[in-house]
Amino acid sequence: MQRSKFILGGLLILAAVVYLIASSTQASAEYFMTIDELKAEGSGAVGKSLRASGAVIGESIQYDPSTLTLSFDVAHVPGDNADIEAQGGLAFVLHEAVTDPTRARMQVVYVGPKPDLLRDEAQAIMTGHIGDDGIFYADELLLKCPTKYEEAVPEQSEG
Amino acid sequence: MLADFGFGIIIVTFVVALYSVIAAIIGERKQSAQMVESARRAQLLTFPLLSLASGILIYLLVNNHFDVSFVYEVTSRSMPTYLKVTAWWGGQAGSLLFWAWLLSAFTSAVTLRKWERDREFLPWVIVVSSITLAFFLSMNIFFQENPFARFYQTIEGVQAYTFRPTGGVPVTPPDGSGLNPLLRHPGMIIHPPMLYLGFVSFVIPFAFALAALITGRTDDRWTRITRRWTLWAWLFLSLGLVLGGRWAYDVLGWGGYWGWDPVEIAAFMPWLTGTAFLHSVMIQEHKGMLKHWNMLLIILTYSLVIFGTFLTRSGVLSSVHAFAQSAIGPMFFGFIGVTFITSIALLIWRWPELKSETEMKSMLSREAFFLLNNLLFLSVLVVCFWGVIFPLISELFTGQKVTVGPPFYERANGPLFGAMMALMGIAPLSAWGKSTALTLGRAIWKPTIPALLVPVLAYFAGYTNWVALIGFFLVAFVISVTLYDTFRSARARQRAQKENFLTALTRLAGRNRRRYGGYLIHISMMLMAIGILGIELFQTETQGTISKGQSLQLDGYTIQYNDVASWDDMGAGVNYTRAVVDVSKDGEYLGQLYPRIDFYFDSQQPMTIPGLRSTLQDDLYILLVDWQPVSAVGATFKIYHNPLVNWLWVGSLVFILGMLFAAWPDKDPSLRPVRAREHVPQTSAAD
Repeated sequence: MQRSKFILGGLLILAAVVYLIASSTQASAEYFMTIDELKAEGSGAVGKSLRASGAVIGESIQYDPSTLTLSFDVAHVPGDNADIEAQGGLAFVLHEAVTDPTRARMQVVYVGPKPDLLRDEAQAIMTGHIGDDGIFYADELLLKCPTKYEEAVPEQSEG
Repeated sequence: MLADFGFGIIIVTFVVALYSVIAAIIGERKQSAQMVESARRAQLLTFPLLSLASGILIYLLVNNHFDVSFVYEVTSRSMPTYLKVTAWWGGQAGSLLFWAWLLSAFTSAVTLRKWERDREFLPWVIVVSSITLAFFLSMNIFFQENPFARFYQTIEGVQAYTFRPTGGVPVTPPDGSGLNPLLRHPGMIIHPPMLYLGFVSFVIPFAFALAALITGRTDDRWTRITRRWTLWAWLFLSLGLVLGGRWAYDVLGWGGYWGWDPVEIAAFMPWLTGTAFLHSVMIQEHKGMLKHWNMLLIILTYSLVIFGTFLTRSGVLSSVHAFAQSAIGPMFFGFIGVTFITSIALLIWRWPELKSETEMKSMLSREAFFLLNNLLFLSVLVVCFWGVIFPLISELFTGQKVTVGPPFYERANGPLFGAMMALMGIAPLSAWGKSTALTLGRAIWKPTIPALLVPVLAYFAGYTNWVALIGFFLVAFVISVTLYDTFRSARARQRAQKENFLTALTRLAGRNRRRYGGYLIHISMMLMAIGILGIELFQTETQGTISKGQSLQLDGYTIQYNDVASWDDMGAGVNYTRAVVDVSKDGEYLGQLYPRIDFYFDSQQPMTIPGLRSTLQDDLYILLVDWQPVSAVGATFKIYHNPLVNWLWVGSLVFILGMLFAAWPDKDPSLRPVRAREHVPQTSAAD
């Protein structure tokens, strides 16, 4: 009698956790795509919750402090860590991406303080969506600078 | 030369650690006390050896030996000496050595204890800890994580090598690249070692748990021996998490303290299982129940500790913490897999012997609530683990990488955290063994009434968010129950012992330190919850570009831009830009704040330091985003208003107090807690 009660209780908790995980996953899923994939998807990607990564093109960085609007271009880098490793490491891949004019590029717009780590050949990881104009509107912007620092250089901006 | 010597010592230590594993196993098999003693001495030798290796590394760091690539990567001439010392854990290779050094210190401390009554544990504790140590050292030796590797010029360019390559010419760069300025913050200097202390301390209870499984001595002896280790491990891990949050708040300039980043979660997951373990062992000691749980929880904690180190080290997941990609990833995975499967196999083998001594009688009993507590902590763990590995899973099944962000964790964990808080309020008033809704209700209605007033008052004070109201009620409920129960017990003692109330209270708490230390920790968690509710639900922000004399408004605050100055400090290698703003609220002048941008020349990186006005009511957090020296445009500010967030830090301080109260070694034997199931006097040093 007691035993079945405990089993029932356990199942209820399990069901609740499964429900919480499933519904929350659905509500906050973001599709991780590379710039190449976004370009290929075209208008199909408009409106989706997206997460994308790319190499920051230094000369494209523009910042309007009066509106806190930041705009820059990113170049395609592989989305898979194993690929990046195989091609010679993150620093090298980012450098390649920025110097190669044939790479797919995309404009990113972000409103907020300009992140300290934003610079040429940094890796930008953007969360947001693509507008009809083909611009990536980032709600959140993470940056990595593998060239200079070995580790633990977090920088996060949330909008 | 010195660098080669340091690397040599690491190799010697690795061999010594392997020897202690083999000697311990042989000694155990042949029942040779001599062999086991030899293993123990070998184990003890690792600490002075690694101290020497670490000493050499620190010497190289402090004296600008930039021919050593690790020294080049994490220091520069302009850094003060204390930062050069702490650069020891500022990079991957060094922090692996740091990990190993801590582990050798802890295992030495534990092998030095008196073992008379627990002889059979000794060889297996040595085996488990030495294997772990050897694993970490092998990263230094075999997987290009040698902190002593030096630069050589070859035909392929300048690279770091452990041994001089043929035709290689040694290279010494004139200056190092320097520790990232973001990491030059007191919080960031103490945060990694605190986390590591917590991580490493959990290896000790795990080693004892495995020893108990292997020897079949599955009573509560192992949990009693490691009780204090677990408490200290938990304290350090918690402090590591809090300091990381404080650092993010002070340095990262996004007005937050926790971003559900994979690396943060990697440190949070062993904390979850460790916390569940900490609670669950009490049931084993009191009632002889939940033994399977305790084994499972400590095994999980150990695996998650290694997983946490691995996640922060391998770059397997994209994270705000930009970590080096390196060859050590697969090795870590392999090690976790092997140790986890072995431990679980041992657990299954001993499963029948770990059966509970008593049956659980009621779902409302104290022991049932502890079981529920375990389930809730594991549920949060599952949520976190799911979030971290979801990109891998989705890619495996759909070919499309899908990630989940902070909203996922907040939404899925929110109700679970709420349930934990409710449990924290109910459990202390529940009875052991048989308990019904009626008895529980009778115990609980009194402290519930004042707690109900809090959300009502909060509602009229303008907090109309219903999540916040539930949260505030739960906070008040837990605090009210905890105080009520303490008060009630003290009153009972006052009557029984004819003491005055204060004496009764101090003696009561002094003799039940774990219980009342735990209560204090519960209250500290509630204070932290106030801060979290405040910043999560009520944070507001504004931004704008204003010229001198103009002001911005936010939640009744007026922030007026007064002045800005910029100057170089060549000695420190930094350019400082400091704005001066006047803050007033509802017309009342409050003072000046100085948001700053520090620009570090050696790494060409700016660092944004907020101007912060912190009270128990709210924080005003002002960032200088941009400024123009000449133009009339002026300066751009971003301002956050973070209600109640200071309670997060207040709670952390109370937490430390509670922890010290619960874990501090007893000096006066009369203050030793005496419990029903404790038959043998506790004399060992590790207790």
